[in-house]
Amino acid sequence: MIWMRRNKQLKICTMLKKYFKYIGLPIGLSMVLPVLTFAQDSTAVVAKAVEALTPAVAATPVPFISAGNTAWMIVATALVMLMTIPGLALFYGGLVRSKNILNVLMQCFIITAVISLEWVAFGYSNAFGSSTGFLAPYVGGFDWAFLNGIGINDVSPYYISQATERIPHLVFIMFQCMFAVITPALIIGAFAERIKFRGFLIFTVLWAILVYNPVAHWVWSADGWLFKLGALDFAGGTVVHINAGIAALVMAIMLGKRRLPKGQHITPPHNIPFVVIGAALLWFGWFGFNAGSGLAADGLAANAFLVTHIAAAAAALSWALLDWFINKKPTVVGIATGAVAGLVAITPAAGFVGVGSAIIIGLLVSVFCFFMVSVVKGKLGYDDSLDAFGVHGIGGIWGAIATGLFASPLIQSAYSGAFAGNPKQLGIQLIAIVSTMVYSGVLTAIIFKIVEKTVGIRATEEEETAGLDITQHDEIAYNEAD
Amino acid sequence: MKKIEAIVRKSRFEEVRAALHEADIDFLSWWEVKGQGTARQGLIFRGIAYDVNSVARMYITFVVRDINFEKSINAILKSAYTGESGDGRIFVSQIEQSIRIRTGDHGDESLYDLDEKK
Repeated sequence: MIWMRRNKQLKICTMLKKYFKYIGLPIGLSMVLPVLTFAQDSTAVVAKAVEALTPAVAATPVPFISAGNTAWMIVATALVMLMTIPGLALFYGGLVRSKNILNVLMQCFIITAVISLEWVAFGYSNAFGSSTGFLAPYVGGFDWAFLNGIGINDVSPYYISQATERIPHLVFIMFQCMFAVITPALIIGAFAERIKFRGFLIFTVLWAILVYNPVAHWVWSADGWLFKLGALDFAGGTVVHINAGIAALVMAIMLGKRRLPKGQHITPPHNIPFVVIGAALLWFGWFGFNAGSGLAADGLAANAFLVTHIAAAAAALSWALLDWFINKKPTVVGIATGAVAGLVAITPAAGFVGVGSAIIIGLLVSVFCFFMVSVVKGKLGYDDSLDAFGVHGIGGIWGAIATGLFASPLIQSAYSGAFAGNPKQLGIQLIAIVSTMVYSGVLTAIIFKIVEKTVGIRATEEEETAGLDITQHDEIAYNEAD
Repeated sequence: MKKIEAIVRKSRFEEVRAALHEADIDFLSWWEVKGQGTARQGLIFRGIAYDVNSVARMYITFVVRDINFEKSINAILKSAYTGESGDGRIFVSQIEQSIRIRTGDHGDESLYDLDEKK
């Protein structure tokens, strides 16, 4: 069916060209009108593009749905889902104590369910739609609420390198849905083992609506102010990782430390094999996250695929070596954490840097994150249970800065960083980092206070001691019965 | 009849088992336990060295006839020894009665395999 449709569109396109050439503009325009209406239905951006290009329509092919790109993007979307459940769920689940693993798995699972619904209800419209007036650069409106007016054959208004051979709008919505899901799930690492489930759920929904959707709009929407400023964030270093990382730090501080026995600051991970499976699934899913962010199956995706893998490898190795030199033994949690840190750092840069830069980005991110979680965290005394800030916040900030440094015109000719003679890019990256940190930090604090004052958010001492599995869910992960 | 309870290192457990077999002790129960003592188990989490204030050990228990008592104690002492702090303890207590469920044998006879007549 799609193939038929595509051919039909192409035919219309050729017909239009003929009309313009031989019959003249007035008749040609009357033929364009139906196409324009069709485009307006689907997207404001396409409408704009088509309007702007109308006089030269003969030279501009109408975007259509490419089967190859669509096939890849559906797979990539499914890969990104794998990152949250079971990837992140097991990564975090293995790191907590055995009395809290179900709570972490449940948090990841319910985020997947509830944010997906929020996304089609109005989240997508808020993040990627357009609005009018002074809010336009900051948040989208409700035109696409419940995906109103978006048909199954509409092309995505958003594209990176393939302006003509696009994917269905619905696939773009699903791809972005998975990003909206994983971002609040990352914050779990900061408040794990001490949050009431009800408070957590309300916090998460409010955070997605008030923080994630606007920040995604700033950076990725065609109207977004950071997008217009020229901030580079290929797959979500700012929107996903810095955003969630700062929220994690604020949550860890405001929620207070876990109630641990006197003198104890660390709880041993209860299942390190889960941590490894989770980290490996994150790595695997990240290929969809980064290589899918080009929204096409082309050379740019290939580059993202390559640098994602190499940065993760470099960071995993560098963390293991740091462990080895500093604590005399390479640790399994260490190498898994290093891989995740490398993936975080390469995320914003994946579509802008080459393999050499990826190695440097990966090797260095583990140094920064290692220093953060082993030295700074202890000095400052906040209890970021699973280092959501130490890995995603710090790794994300380094990635955003590194993108401003290493972006190379050899990857996308329009973009270069400081080392390619465009120091201005670094300044733009810093504006994006700081504005996201301030906005996410302040809003997270406000949402926390609202939830704390209304339904309550911190688990009681009994709940925390008995474990959140039994107190929040009436279930036990590891049953003695056979 | 005496009951012997021994807490030994996990790393020495197989040796202890083999030594007890040599000493004609074929009926044993054991389980993994956690406890605290002077020994410390150092761990590392993301660059931070810490200890959990608990150590993992094997808890072995069995009941012996008085004729086998000395050699089973010696077997444990020899096989569980490393010389480092944390080698464990042996506790001995008197047992009043022992009954084999299948045959109803009482006392010493319930503690060894009658067919082998040890």
